[in-house]
Parts: sequence; structure tokens; C-alpha cells
Amino acid sequence: MNKPCYTIAVTGLNAIDSPGPGVAVIRGLLEAASFDARIIGLAYESLEPGIYMPNLTHRTYQIPYPTAGTDELMDRLTYIQGRENIDVIIPNFDAELYSFMKLEPKLKQMGIHMFLPTFEQFEERHKVNLTKFGEKYGIDVPLGIAITDQTEIYKHEKELDFPLMVKGKWYDAYIAYNMEQARNYFNKIVAKWGYPVILQKFVHGTEYNVTGLGDGRGNTIAAVPMRKQYITDKGKAWAGISIDDENLLGLTRRFVESTGWRGGFELEMMKSNDGRYFLMEINPRIPAWVYLAVGVGQNIPEALTRLALGEKVGPYTSYEVGKLFIRYAWDMIVDRSEFENYSVNGEL
Amino acid sequence: MKIKHQIAISDTGFLFNPSTGESFTVNPVGAEIINLLRQGFTREQIIDEITGSYAVERNSFEKDLHEFAGIMKMYQLLDKDE
Repeated sequence: MNKPCYTIAVTGLNAIDSPGPGVAVIRGLLEAASFDARIIGLAYESLEPGIYMPNLTHRTYQIPYPTAGTDELMDRLTYIQGRENIDVIIPNFDAELYSFMKLEPKLKQMGIHMFLPTFEQFEERHKVNLTKFGEKYGIDVPLGIAITDQTEIYKHEKELDFPLMVKGKWYDAYIAYNMEQARNYFNKIVAKWGYPVILQKFVHGTEYNVTGLGDGRGNTIAAVPMRKQYITDKGKAWAGISIDDENLLGLTRRFVESTGWRGGFELEMMKSNDGRYFLMEINPRIPAWVYLAVGVGQNIPEALTRLALGEKVGPYTSYEVGKLFIRYAWDMIVDRSEFENYSVNGEL
Repeated sequence: MKIKHQIAISDTGFLFNPSTGESFTVNPVGAEIINLLRQGFTREQIIDEITGSYAVERNSFEKDLHEFAGIMKMYQLLDKDE
């Protein structure tokens, strides 16, 4: 039987020490059983490794940063669409999702499909609103307070207690063991990501993550939990193992069902020493470690693409437990002309 | 003393708990005890089995088994009612 071939554009090609999910998503798409994929890379920087990796993208285009506004992004995507005839875009950065969500109807008119959370889902799971989110859906969430002035750290010192987490609106999280560290991290985060900064109660325990996919009607299409085995100094999993924990899977299904979640997601959980799970963060997109899910039998990028195209997709019902992913870094040798081509023309 | 049913142990003594993702290595006697537990042996039956097979005093092994069970409990490898 002939498989259809879809042209799928993917962002997040920065396969660096704190990697974007793009390369892992593309690997999933290239291994899809139900279709062939022609991959178009969308990159922000000229040194994102995914641009130059062999047999990954058919072509890669530079796109404007979200701060440039949606008009510029739309202009660029219109140009790219004129050349590539894209069927589906999978955005992979938190910071760009809002722009793509805003452009979703216009892009659909151009024949580009996406499968993103709704604005309401995107906002209510935001770090800034996570405490309220937990209360609304009956999920344990450590107390979190959004602040815009470092003097507020003194105000909340007693209820949060040290150590506490200091988190950026989009990225970055630090453990502060005293007031001086908390103030330093506050300033560091503000300089990079702006206001607000989130102070969150620290939970002692072990980190577990779940990646999954909701169909927007309350059904969990995929869910794979993972225990972080090796963590980088940026808190990113460099190795992890798939696990079978019914509590974690039940919590995931409850999250998808009660929010009607649409799209890929990652739940960052902490299992406290007394065995309770605390939801630390919800990332409204596929995580960088998604290839583990593909490797254990749940191809989330493939299922997401099919949902975006309006196909009926049934839930995955099993996965292999006890499989590890171990990330590695390796050096590519790239001809200067390729770098020049991308830097000057914005495409390669 | 009952070991959680989902705990897997290989011939090399590598033990994996699929619900937490933790793994451990145990020595050959540890592996033997875990395999006996998986077969449903009670504490007394394990003591009989091991002291019958190895040159070890019953009192001494009882103490060792108690300690081993404590470690397994700490790592959540035993059923909760144990």
C-alpha cells in the first residue's frame, strides 16, 4: 500500500546542551509507519545544529524571533509556503507557541495544519497560574508566587522557606538556598526573560516526567512516563528510563480529561520522599526527550501530525518499560559555504 | 515478607523496579533470596533453604536477612503491608 507523503515543518533545531525538541520530533516523523515525511526545518539562529545534520531536513528556513511580531512571522511563512507547500507545522518552543496559536486560522486557510492547545489551556497551565491550576483540577502543586520586584522575596520568605525555586516565565530555574542567591537569580532571570519571576516552594524528591498527547476531546492518545537518570547542571535530562507507574499515568489521564488538552505536552513531576506526586510544570509542547516515547512504541510526533490533518487516531495502549535514552553530543564538520549560505540567504 | 510482583531480577543479580525506574545490583546470595521471595517462600523457609545450602549459623543468617529486608523496604521493593 502506498503511504501518503506529508511536508512537515518543525522548529526547535537547537540540539545543544539544553536542546530544543525539533531533532527528536523529526526522528519520530521520519520513522512514522503511516506516512512518509518531507521535513522543512524552521530555525532562528544560524548555528542550530539541526540545520546541518545530514538526512534530517529537506530544506531549512530562518524565521523571525517571536519578539518581531506575528506579522513578520506570517510574511515569512507565506514566502516559505509558496515554495514548499507545507501540510503541517509542529512548533516546539514555549515562547513561539503564542504566535503560532494566533496565526492558526490564517495558516489553515493556506493549507497549513497544526495541533496546538487552545489559548485558555495555554494560559491556565502557565507557570504564573500553576497554583490556581492545581486547585481547580485537584492536582498537588507546590505553592508558587509570581513577583515583579525583588523586595517581594522578603515578603514571601516565610511561607516559601529556603531552599526555594526561582523560575523564569519561559525558561530557566534555579534553587536558591539563601536570600542572596534568590536575589541574584531573580536579577539573572529578569535580564534574560523579563517579568514576572516565579518563586516556588522546593519539593525534595525524585524527578519524573511524562510526555503525552491529548486529542482535544479529553482522550489521552499517548502517555509515556520517564524517570530522569542523569541531569545536567541546567536540570535537563541527559538520560532517562521509561517506567510503569499507574499513579503517574492516572494523573496524566486526569489532566488530559479535565482540561480537554489539545496537542503534545510534558508534565514535570516531583515524587516527594513520602510518595506524593507534585506537578512542577506543564510544558505545552513535545519535550526534547520525546524520542524515548517513539523508541518504546508511542510515536507522538506521528500521531500529532495525523490529528492535525483531521484523521481519526486511536490511543496507544502500551509501551516498553525499562528502556533508556542516553543523550550524546557529537561534532559535525560543516563546510563554511553551508554556514555562509544559511547566514546570507536565510535558507539552506 | 513479600517482594513487589513487578520487580524483575536477572541472572546477574541486576534488579529493576519498573514503577520507580530504580535499578540495583545484588550479590549471588541476595539474588537467590529475591528469587525465593518471588517463588513465595516465607522468611522461615528462606532461612531453612539458605542455612541448608551454605555453611552459615542460623542466628547469624537471621540477622543478615533482617538487615537485607530493611534495605529492600527502604528502597520500596517490598509490598506495603510488610
